[in-house]
Amino acid sequence: MAFVFICFPLLMAAIAVAVASNRWRPWLLPATAIAHLAATVAVLAAGGAGASAGPWLVLDPPGRIVLLQVSVLFAFCAFYAVGYLRYRQDKSNRVFCACLLIFLSVVSLVTWSHHLGLMWVAIEASTLVTAPLIYFNHTQRSIEATWKYLLVGSVGIALALLGTFFLAYASLHAGLDSALTLESLLLHAPKLSKPWLHAAFVLLLVGYGTKMGLAPMHTWKPDAYGEAPGVVGAILAGGVTSCAFLALLRVYHICHAAGEDVYTSRLLLFMGLFSMAVAGVFTVGQRDFKRMLAYSSVEHMGILVVGLGIGAPALFGTLLHVLTNGLTKGVLFLSAGNIHRSYGSKSTDQVRGAMRRLPLSGTLFLAAFLAITGSPPFGPFISEFAILNGAFDAGRFVTAGLFLFFLLVVFIGMGATVLQVVQGRAPSEASTTAYRDGLLTGTPIAILLMLVLMLGLYIPAPLGALLGDAVRFLEGQA
Amino acid sequence: MTSLLDALLVVVLVMNLFALGTSRTYALIRTVAAQGGLLGIILLLVHRHLTISAVMVAVAGIAIKGFVIPAIMLRALRQAQIKREVEPLISPLASILLGASAAAFAIVFSGQLPLADPQDGALLVPTSIATLLVGFIILTTRFKALTQVVGYLVLENGIFVFGMLLIEAMPLVVEMGVLLDLFVGVFVITIIVNHINRAFSSLDTRRLVSLKE
Repeated sequence: MAFVFICFPLLMAAIAVAVASNRWRPWLLPATAIAHLAATVAVLAAGGAGASAGPWLVLDPPGRIVLLQVSVLFAFCAFYAVGYLRYRQDKSNRVFCACLLIFLSVVSLVTWSHHLGLMWVAIEASTLVTAPLIYFNHTQRSIEATWKYLLVGSVGIALALLGTFFLAYASLHAGLDSALTLESLLLHAPKLSKPWLHAAFVLLLVGYGTKMGLAPMHTWKPDAYGEAPGVVGAILAGGVTSCAFLALLRVYHICHAAGEDVYTSRLLLFMGLFSMAVAGVFTVGQRDFKRMLAYSSVEHMGILVVGLGIGAPALFGTLLHVLTNGLTKGVLFLSAGNIHRSYGSKSTDQVRGAMRRLPLSGTLFLAAFLAITGSPPFGPFISEFAILNGAFDAGRFVTAGLFLFFLLVVFIGMGATVLQVVQGRAPSEASTTAYRDGLLTGTPIAILLMLVLMLGLYIPAPLGALLGDAVRFLEGQA
Repeated sequence: MTSLLDALLVVVLVMNLFALGTSRTYALIRTVAAQGGLLGIILLLVHRHLTISAVMVAVAGIAIKGFVIPAIMLRALRQAQIKREVEPLISPLASILLGASAAAFAIVFSGQLPLADPQDGALLVPTSIATLLVGFIILTTRFKALTQVVGYLVLENGIFVFGMLLIEAMPLVVEMGVLLDLFVGVFVITIIVNHINRAFSSLDTRRLVSLKE
């Protein structure tokens, strides 16, 4: 079953390279995405059956959550991409389509891999295939963004490789063989050599933290998200970051099994709260609304890491937040992409009155802003509230207080920018373009927002069970 | 055997210092190529009984780090037509001193980490960390895009040294995946470097400053 997820998108990528028509090629994206989503639903509905292909490829509950989130997000982005690429018939989308499809394949590999070395290879590959996507516009600014993304990302991920090696050595030190499968590491976690485990944790936190975009390793993020097309921003903010978080979750899981919670939670809480603080500082007064979204992503990666730092009481909320954040980021980036297209600018100096010019995209952008900042009745409200509750349950009142404070700062900072974008009238000097919301660039975003809203109102029983399974799995009770 | 191994690791450390001291991009790329090739040879010496997978990783390592990647980079260098010296943030002498203190730090730091098997060779871990730090120094103190890629390669070489301790524990497919990712990574990065050169008429990354707050 695992090979369907990994090989099928690769095959479709090969077909995308072979197809000659620039007009029909993008339709391979939704075709692949729907098949991938159907396979995901099938494997989740079957429960444990078919969720393993040897010791290296196992789809455990946390992997299922990330696979589901990325698969759903990718499906909506795929339909949107068809609409988006219609406006870009001036340039070939061969590389763009192929890279998106390979991305789907490597993401599936990340969620399936139970070997930390294999997981590293897949995450590094996800960096490499997303670089041409950021570079799609071929402008000077996009070159700069791609260069920073590649260099910072490669160095960060190299540190994660060293951390992975340290972890392998910690297990070699304990006299164990087959070093890096998750099962063996979890089983023998208490015996792992402590100095090596500690060093490995720091390196892996910095390495995968760079990929997630935790402050202070987030410097590539505003540039990459700002210059990439909206659909690529959605894939980066809702796909790449979720995969990197899954990698960090594996590391947390091993350290938790080794009884190192005190050591890890201090570092995780610090990194998480620091990221939220940095996001707060840079969203206030931000005039570029796509860069603002990047800082919002930094904030939400911080929230996830804070959730891990709090530990068991907040795990349910943290895992739910992976879903709600990933999907809401899709709505934000796709609607922001439409607004950017319509105005030909992403600065609030030119972009005003989006509600009048683009009633659908403007409304969705505003609603997604309310959702991502944790306003009820949307999904992120529930997950952030659950994390906050967890902090109080764990007796971490200072963490909870800072958490609330930073949420408030980001809400105010983002709110000022978003309201400028959507309200009022377009200034007379704003350029007008032919873009109007269409079926393919509007509908997918609207349905995605409905999903985000649904997650806030009620969590379907199978999803609740999956989240519960994942928490029990991470707590070592399953 | 161990003394030969230690001697070769010292050569790796000396190459680090040479890379810090040289001011010509061409020599820098050649040095890192030689270092990458040497690491492949060291890999063959580390283990008393050679396994097929260790030999395959060593051969692939020598091919990719010693020949393929330097060839790609030298081609990019020719296309960019820069023969001028690299202009570092700090002087070559200061870089060397910094590199030497990085080596000293690496030796002290690795003293804190217990070795699984005393036979593993006491110099392996310090060499790895020192090379990693030298990679960081090159990355942060040089401004030419190609030189920064060299810094990344030196950093990756440092990690490769550490990986030698694990060659029996790491499955072949993962080792090969790491090398493949490195190759594709450098390939993609040099394409971007080429585009930087065309768009900015320079490889100076200090010109890449239009994106900021």
